[in-house]
Amino acid sequence: MADMSFPLLTATAVLPALGAVATAAVPAARRTVAKWLAFAVSLGTLALALVVAMRFDPGGDRYQLTESRSWIADFGVRYELGVDGIGVAMIALTAVLIPFVIAAGWNDADPVEGEKTGRSWRPTQGFFALILMVEAMVIISFAATDVFLFYVFFEAMLIPMYFLIGGFGDRAHSRGEEEGAKQRSYAAVKFLLYNLAGGLVMLAAVVGLYVVTADQLGEGTFSLQQIAEARASGELTMGTNAERMLFLGFFIAFAIKAPLWPLHTWLPNAMGESTSPVAVLITAVVDKVGTFAMLRFCLGLFPEASAWATPAVIALALISIIYGALLAIGQRDIKRLVAYASISHFGFIVLGIFAMTSQGQGGATLYMVFHGISTAALMLVAGFLISRRGSRLIADYGGVQKTAPVLAGTFLVGGLATLSLPGLAPFISEFLVLVGTFSRYPVAGIVATAGIVLAAVYVLLLYQRTMTGPVEKPEIAKMPDLRPREIAVVAPLIAMLIFFGLFPKPLTEIVNPAVEHTMSDVRKTDPETAQSDAEAAK
Amino acid sequence: MDPVNYLYLAALLFTIGAFGVLIRRNAIVVFMCIELMLNAANLTLVAFSRMHGNLDGQIMAFFVMVVAAAEVVVGLAIIVMLYRSRHSASVDDASLMKL
Amino acid sequence: MESLIGLLVAAPLLGAAVLLCGGQRLNRTGHLLGTALAAVSFVVAAVLFFDMVGRDTDDRALHQHLWSWVPVNEFQADIAFQLDQLSMTFVLLITGVGTLIHLYSIGYMEHDERRRRFFGYLNLFLASMLVLVLADNFLLLYVGWEGVGLASYLLIGFWQHKKSAATAAKKAFVVNRVGDAGLAIAIFLMFTTFGTFAFGPVLDDVEASGASQATLTGIGLMLLLAACGKSAQVPLQSWLGDAMEGPTPVSALIHAATMVTAGVYLITRSGAIFNAAPDAQTVVVVVGAVTLLFGAIVGCAKDDIKKALAGSTMSQIGYMILAAGLGPIGYAFAIMHLVTHGFFKAGLFLGAGSVMHGMNEEVDMRKYGGLRKYMPVTFITFGLGYLAIIGFPGLSGFFSKDAIIEAAFAKGGTQGWILGVVTLLGAAITAYYMTRVMLLTFFGEKRWQPDAEGNMPHPHESPKTMVIPMVVLAFGSVFAGGLFKWGDAFVNWLEPVTQFEHGHPPLSVPVITGLTVVVLLIGVGAAWFQYGRAAIPVVAPRGSLLTRAARRDLLQDDFNHVVLVRGGEHLTRSLVYVDNKIVDGAVNGTAAFYGGLSGRLRRAQNGFARSYAVSMFGGAALLVAATLLMRAV
Repeated sequence: MADMSFPLLTATAVLPALGAVATAAVPAARRTVAKWLAFAVSLGTLALALVVAMRFDPGGDRYQLTESRSWIADFGVRYELGVDGIGVAMIALTAVLIPFVIAAGWNDADPVEGEKTGRSWRPTQGFFALILMVEAMVIISFAATDVFLFYVFFEAMLIPMYFLIGGFGDRAHSRGEEEGAKQRSYAAVKFLLYNLAGGLVMLAAVVGLYVVTADQLGEGTFSLQQIAEARASGELTMGTNAERMLFLGFFIAFAIKAPLWPLHTWLPNAMGESTSPVAVLITAVVDKVGTFAMLRFCLGLFPEASAWATPAVIALALISIIYGALLAIGQRDIKRLVAYASISHFGFIVLGIFAMTSQGQGGATLYMVFHGISTAALMLVAGFLISRRGSRLIADYGGVQKTAPVLAGTFLVGGLATLSLPGLAPFISEFLVLVGTFSRYPVAGIVATAGIVLAAVYVLLLYQRTMTGPVEKPEIAKMPDLRPREIAVVAPLIAMLIFFGLFPKPLTEIVNPAVEHTMSDVRKTDPETAQSDAEAAK
Repeated sequence: MDPVNYLYLAALLFTIGAFGVLIRRNAIVVFMCIELMLNAANLTLVAFSRMHGNLDGQIMAFFVMVVAAAEVVVGLAIIVMLYRSRHSASVDDASLMKL
Repeated sequence: MESLIGLLVAAPLLGAAVLLCGGQRLNRTGHLLGTALAAVSFVVAAVLFFDMVGRDTDDRALHQHLWSWVPVNEFQADIAFQLDQLSMTFVLLITGVGTLIHLYSIGYMEHDERRRRFFGYLNLFLASMLVLVLADNFLLLYVGWEGVGLASYLLIGFWQHKKSAATAAKKAFVVNRVGDAGLAIAIFLMFTTFGTFAFGPVLDDVEASGASQATLTGIGLMLLLAACGKSAQVPLQSWLGDAMEGPTPVSALIHAATMVTAGVYLITRSGAIFNAAPDAQTVVVVVGAVTLLFGAIVGCAKDDIKKALAGSTMSQIGYMILAAGLGPIGYAFAIMHLVTHGFFKAGLFLGAGSVMHGMNEEVDMRKYGGLRKYMPVTFITFGLGYLAIIGFPGLSGFFSKDAIIEAAFAKGGTQGWILGVVTLLGAAITAYYMTRVMLLTFFGEKRWQPDAEGNMPHPHESPKTMVIPMVVLAFGSVFAGGLFKWGDAFVNWLEPVTQFEHGHPPLSVPVITGLTVVVLLIGVGAAWFQYGRAAIPVVAPRGSLLTRAARRDLLQDDFNHVVLVRGGEHLTRSLVYVDNKIVDGAVNGTAAFYGGLSGRLRRAQNGFARSYAVSMFGGAALLVAATLLMRAV
């Protein structure tokens, strides 16, 4: 079954990993070399990811480009990779965003004046190496079809992220450098411990899964496909309680990563304190592993338990949507506002996944991709803004659009994408999620629709307070507009938002079959319409 | 003679050693008490070896002796260094290794 | 011919893209490009119109399928246009009035350094509005629907340095979003009921679809909510008055002639659903009737010329919504009034803009007076618009409004009488407040005041680019109604799309027409009595309770402020507190708990070797004891 030709997926993940090592090894004085090297590697990874997307045949097998090697034979752990349409979309998203993250963070990790760098202390090299490392691990996570392999990278990702948050924080802090450093390390530790705690719960469930499979199949396995086949043939039947416990173990870990209310509080800290490219990395890439894993592992491994948990999960998702939006309205810090907006959006994604309709799940997958792009646009422009003024507080701005119209314009487009304006990509995914939810759970659909009104409030309030009004502060009167590098970062993101807003078909084509597979995993079909009922009656 | 008596003797020696470790402050004495405990254990090993009629226990005892000798070398060196720096051989004076 | 439809949208869209991304280079030519592309769109519309007229009545609709947009299983949305008589009417109105207003803006915005951007936004608006009326399914309509909302947001807030403008823009968008949510839910309902949301399959055969009455009523009400948001109908009307913060051409194009009438389009377009859901229709009629009076009353009390006109717009759209709620006896008249209103209200706004242009951007009518001598063309065109809106016999407004009043009576029964009286009352109030505007602005003494910099205004006629559109619109205001009425041309034109039934009012038609003229004279007389005879104070008198309430938009804004804004602030603030203290508190509490626990436990680590030894011995003893115990058991 395993295709023994060129291991494309492995290569896609290994390239950034090697790039990370190479970047880290660049001598201290050659910062620029390190930057260009990292950028080139990220572009190379993008090229490989595009090859993956080209090679992928939407009409073919469920998992393609599979690789399978024995890893820890004693425990049935295998190095198994393979992608379905959802995985392809997510890998592509990751590979697309990383070059932007690198380009946007070009000067973020330069040593502060007077700071000593040397043989062992090379912050710039470290920053870009860590970003590439995260990319490698995320790609493996998206491609892993072995639960244990996934788990390893799901957890290992925390380490480079920890250093990225704690080591390269946002220098703009309202209460001074020292307080900033304190907040930063608090945020980094909180991020690490919170996610680690979730990971441990998941580890218990992973072990539990091994025990269950070893018990019934005679030989323990972590392979998604083997488990699915065994379930389909009736060889493997999990007890109701065992399945529910295992489901919860996985789900809690993913809900922390996603993050879902009430496990969300690490996100505003982490996004607020890190530099904006890292914030993008967190919310647009790393968190997506959580929602992606819900779709692939929770639904794929534990269909009955997923159905059992659906009402509770939908309730949590709805709370996330409304609660995140309301809190975003109440924020005084630009980046925390975006973080809460993301919590609201993750609510939509989870809602779509657990609505168990093809529109809902297809929409959720598109949502992951489009939210990644739109948040990247908004957050990176916010980062450019913050770096100009040296403050994250909304109240420190006002009238920016007068002095920096291009910055304000791109910020508005990012904001409009965040509030899902039709014509921009996120609208399609949000609408699909809502339709999908509505067709099975009308009340939930209507409650979630209230979220789109709140989204307008927080986005436009943010825009109004930062960009419009008279220019009252001297720092803003002399604020420079976007530089060419910054425009080069934002323009392609905006172009993608518009392109996919009008023509999402390339994505829906690869995602739809994968969603159908997931739907058949959970043995659900789309609800019938009244019209088809009437036709059936005839 | 009944080998069980050796066990009683070993227990007695072990108890004396344990109390010595707990009560005395002088590091040298504590050290000697530890030796006493080790040898009590050796005695037990030999006694059991005799009772069960196989040689494993005695071999084990030799190992213990070798390890004990090595331990004495390291331990005494530490005590000497400690005495040099603090001018005391009291174990309670060396209480810096706490959180 | 079909392939031309896309061009209608593409021309202004291209303009928007070029003007907004083009940068400073286009500052000197941008406005010309924007106007030219609007004109291209109008020419294409005219070509399509003559082509359509040349074909059979039943064969007039054109379709253009561009590409499949969002295909997910059952959910199939296409980017596809449909041009039938209803769309055609709108396309002509939008591109025609739109082009005139582009032309007007060249003069009006001459001294604004961001004129290029203004034209970019105007083009964006045209493109979105055309998508709205050309869409062949509700999802694409939704794109246009929010697109015009965005354009409206950008244009209301065009003078962003003014805080009030930025606030008004945001308010307009958010209030509209509430309506948009309604449209979204309506689409969800259509999808779950019909399995599609394309116009054809949904609307052609509502009866046979097997949809329950409740569902159809639900869809109808949600569509109405959407219409309320976009068309500033009670209870979502509060944004329109504030929207007058935008430049006057914007008020004329978006907030009078085209965008705000999109609600009427939506209801008329979805007529088949409303026809099958009489309960929803009743609600539509009630909303229309309430807004009709609400807007009229607000219009009477405003001293700001644009806000008075905004109240009037609300009221006139109330007429249209009411007519659309009457079903097949009203759809055609709703659209007819919409078109004539597009002419005269745009003309009135442009006139108001011209007056403001000459009066140092002063908007308070109490500081005008006697302007007829200084701005003769503006006076005449504004005056013709005025006569048209009050329904002076023979002018546009007369035909369309009279038709609506007849249709309201024709509703039949008590409802018919109530609606008839309400529409007549509305006509009287319309005559009153419009006469008031006229008298305050063009007649009486000069009450001019120096502006903030101490310059006295020197009213003068506006430049040609501004005057020409006003003249053209004045022609429309005078003749459009008669033209439409002539041989029932308009009704017959729309009939294949909207259907038409002749209403049978309980009073004969001449009696109703007579009544209309009588209430019109009463309204004009009352206004003359109050504003024509006596001198008008520059500072508004305190006024009666109703006047004071009407000045504050009948306290709607105060309600919004107290309940929604304040309430929302309290809610978000307390939620921020909850999130920090309780949700995050639980997280930090867990951390603090383990921190504290480890603080306690580490005291056992006292550094004394002998105490460690005790615990070791104790532990060993416990283990031995436990082993022995297990043996014993």
